[in-house]
Amino acid sequence: MATLTFQIWRGQNGQGGFQEYREEVGEGMVVLDAVHAIQAKQANDLACRWNCKAGKCGSCSAEINGHPKLMCMTRLDQLPADQPITIEPMRTFPHVKDLVTDVSWNFEVKKRMKAFTPRKPDAPDGTWRMQQEDIDRVQEFRKCIECYLCQDVCHVLRDHHKHSEFIGPRFLVHAAALEMHPLDTVDRVAELKEEFGIGYCNITKCCTKVCPEHITITDNAIIPLKERVVDRFYDPISKLLRVITGR
Amino acid sequence: MQFPVIDHDVLVIGAGGAGLRAAIEASAQGATVGVLTKSLLGKAHTVMAEGGMAAAMANVDDRDNWRVHFADTMRGGQYLNNWRMAELHAKEAPDRVRELEAWGAVFDRTKDGRILQRNFGGHRYPRLAHVGDRTGLEMIRTLQDHGVHRGIDVHMEHTVIALLKDDTRVVGCVAYDRERGRFKVYRSKAVVMATGGLGRAYRVTSNSWEYTGDGYALAYDAGAALQDLEFIQFHPTGMVWPPSVQGILVTEGVRGEGGILLNKEGRRFMFDDIPDNYKNQTADNEEEGWRYTQGDKSARRPPELLTRDHVARCINREVKAGRGSPHGGVFLDIAWIKKKLPNAAEHIKRKLPSMYHQFKQLANLDITAEPMEVGPTTHYTMGGIRVEGDSQMSNLPGLFAAGEAAAGLHGANRLGGNSLSDLVVFGKRAGEYAAAFAKANGAVRIDERQVDDAAKRALAPFDRGPSGENPYLVQYDLQAMMQDLVGIVRQESEMVEALGHIAKLRERAARAGVGGNREYNNGWHTAIDLHCLLTVSEAITRAAIERKESRGAQFREDFPAKSDAYSAFNLVIQKASDGAMTLHRVPLQPLPPELLQVIEENK
Repeated sequence: MATLTFQIWRGQNGQGGFQEYREEVGEGMVVLDAVHAIQAKQANDLACRWNCKAGKCGSCSAEINGHPKLMCMTRLDQLPADQPITIEPMRTFPHVKDLVTDVSWNFEVKKRMKAFTPRKPDAPDGTWRMQQEDIDRVQEFRKCIECYLCQDVCHVLRDHHKHSEFIGPRFLVHAAALEMHPLDTVDRVAELKEEFGIGYCNITKCCTKVCPEHITITDNAIIPLKERVVDRFYDPISKLLRVITGR
Repeated sequence: MQFPVIDHDVLVIGAGGAGLRAAIEASAQGATVGVLTKSLLGKAHTVMAEGGMAAAMANVDDRDNWRVHFADTMRGGQYLNNWRMAELHAKEAPDRVRELEAWGAVFDRTKDGRILQRNFGGHRYPRLAHVGDRTGLEMIRTLQDHGVHRGIDVHMEHTVIALLKDDTRVVGCVAYDRERGRFKVYRSKAVVMATGGLGRAYRVTSNSWEYTGDGYALAYDAGAALQDLEFIQFHPTGMVWPPSVQGILVTEGVRGEGGILLNKEGRRFMFDDIPDNYKNQTADNEEEGWRYTQGDKSARRPPELLTRDHVARCINREVKAGRGSPHGGVFLDIAWIKKKLPNAAEHIKRKLPSMYHQFKQLANLDITAEPMEVGPTTHYTMGGIRVEGDSQMSNLPGLFAAGEAAAGLHGANRLGGNSLSDLVVFGKRAGEYAAAFAKANGAVRIDERQVDDAAKRALAPFDRGPSGENPYLVQYDLQAMMQDLVGIVRQESEMVEALGHIAKLRERAARAGVGGNREYNNGWHTAIDLHCLLTVSEAITRAAIERKESRGAQFREDFPAKSDAYSAFNLVIQKASDGAMTLHRVPLQPLPPELLQVIEENK
C-alpha cells in the first residue's frame, strides 16, 4: 500500500478550487476507486457521477492530470506517483458541483437530429438482410458510450463555445452512424452543413485521441461526412447539375 | 402543496431497457409519459449486458422455436416460474428483437444477412441475438434514441423516495433531483416500476451504485407483494483480481465462444458434476463440447454452458477445496482455442472486444494469450414485485412492474440472455397495460401528508449532521455482512445471525448523518438509499431461511437437496399493518395441459 496525494477540484457552479487529499491505494486501483475512498472516509458530500465502473456507461468522465479520461479506466499505477494527481470536472460544460457538470446540452442536440427511418423490409416477414461487412463501420460508431470526452476536448466547444452552432464530435459520430446505416433513408447532409456546423471542425483529431472506445472519430466519421457536404454543396459539376435539373 | 407537482398519465420509474420500452409503448398508446431515472439517460445497468438477448428466431438453427425456449426457461427456473410469463416471453421475444432492428439496432449478421444468434448457458440452440459483447449498449441506445423522438419527458437524475397512494390505487411518487436536491411530486394515473435489482446489498457485485433495491422497497412500503426474493443470481464469472475490480462481469459469451473453466491443477472440473436433468443435453467429452461451440448441430453443449446457478456453485466448490486460482477464483481460458483455430487472437478480439479491452486495461492481462481469473459475483434478482403475467400489474391497482423489478419469468434461476428479452417483452406489456389503466381510471388525488412525511424522512440525515453515522460505512458493513452470511452458500444459523445484524444496521442507519448542502450530495443520497437496502436485505434473508431446500440460485448447506414439498409454492412477502415483514407460501398456478406437454416433449 502506498499513500498518494490527490488534488480534487471542489466547488459549486464554477466557483471553487483544488483541495488536497491523501489516500492509501492498493494494487490495480483506478482513479475512481481513490475518489470513492476519499468520498467514504474524508469527504462524504463529494459529488461525482459513475455507474458501471467498467468503461461501458461513460458516466465518470473527468480531467485527470489535465487529460480527459474515464476515472474508472485510469489506473493509478499508470500515472506519475511522485506528483499529486489532479482530478477536475470536464471544462466544456457548465459546472454543477465538484466533479459533476451539466451535460444536458448533449441530450438536447440529439433531439434535434432526424430519427432513424428504415427502408421497407426486405423480406415478407418484415425483416431486413444486411451483410456483416456492410455494417462494420456503423457498429464502430455505435460503440460510443456517450462519455462526452470528445466534446470536452474539442476546441470549437471548449475554447470557442460554439455550442449553438456546432454539434461536436459525439453527434457527428451519431450522424455518421445514421447516414451510413444500410437501412436508413433520411438525408442529413444539409443540416450537417448548416445548423450542425460540420465546417467548424478542422480535423485536429483531439477527439479521436481521447475516445475511450477507440472510435476513429475524425477519419471514419467526420471526414466522410465532410466529403458528403463538399460533394453536395461545393462540387462545381454537381452544382451545375442542380441548376439544370432544379434539384 | 409546498413542492412542484408534475402530471403524467403514466409515470415510469427507471430508464433501463424495461423502463424505456414501457415508456415508448405507453406513449404509442396515447398516454402522456414521464420517465424518472436516478442516473443520466442511457447509463442504466442494461448498458452492461454483454452476451445478447434470447429469442427463438431460428436464424442459426432451424430446430428452435418458442416451445423449446419456453421449456428451457422453465427447466432453468426449476419450475417455480410464472408459466404464463415464460410462455409470453418465449412467444413474443422474436418480435421484440425485430422491432429493435426496425428502430435502428445493428445486430451482428449471419452469412445470409439475418440477425446472428449465439450459444448461451441453458439454451438448447444458439438463440442470443447480439452485437459482439456489447448487446446491452445497443439495446439501450436504440430505445433511448427512439424514445427521445416520441415526446416522452425524461427527468434525469431524479430519485424516488416514496410512492403515493389514495384509498384505492397508486397515484404517483415523491422524488428529489440530485443536482439541486429539491423535492418534486409526480402525479400520475399509473406507475411502472422498472428500477432493476439490488446488487448493492452485496460486497461483490456487477451492479452499479443505483441498484439498491428501490423498486422493491418502495412497492413493499406501499403494500405491494414481493416474491422469490431468496433467489439471487450469482453470475459465475466476475473478475477477481485486482481487488478494485472484483465483481465486474466477464460475459458468459466467453464460454459460448469456447472458453473453458480450469482449476489450478489444470483440470476441467465442470465435467465432474453434471446434474441429472441436464445429462442428456451435455457433452461428455471435450471434443464434443468444442464442436458445439463451433456450431456442430449434432454435438451437445459443454458443461461450462450449464445454468449459472450450477456453474457458480462448482466454482465455489473448487475454491473452497483449495483448488482455486491464486486470487481466490478459477481460471477461464479462451486463449486455448489457438490450438483449434488459425488467427485465434484476432477471432477473440473480434468476438469479445470489450472483454479483451477490460482485462488489458484493468488487469494488465491479454486474454488471447493467458487465462483469466474469475469467480462468482452478485448479478441479478430473480425475485421482485409479484405481478399478473399478462398485464404486469401488481396487487396494488395502478402499480405495474417490468424487467428485473418484477418477479415470475425466471423462477429460481435465470438463463443468460433471458434478461434483455424480458426487458422488452414485459416493458412493452407493462407500458401498454399501464396506458390502458390510466385511460380507464380517471384523475387522482394527492395526499399532502404523505408527501410531507416522505420529505421529512429524507431530510433527517441533515438534522443529524456530519457527526451522525457515516452512511457509506453503514452501507459497506451491510454489504460485507450479506456477502458473508446470506451469500452463495447459505445456512440457517448464519442467516438468523444476519437478521440480528440487519436490526442493528437499521439502528445505525437511523442515526446516519451528512454535512454539506442538498446539491449533488452523494453522502445524502447514500443515506437515503440505506432504507431500501435494509428492506430488501431483510426480505432476502427471511425468504432464504424459509426455503429449507436447495433449488436454483438458493443453495442451503444444511438442506443440500431439492425438496418436492418446496416445489409447489412461491414465497411472498408483504408488509403487515403493524409494519412487520410477513412471509407466506402461495401455491403455484397449475400448468395447462398443452404447456405441460411442451415441457415433456423437450425433456
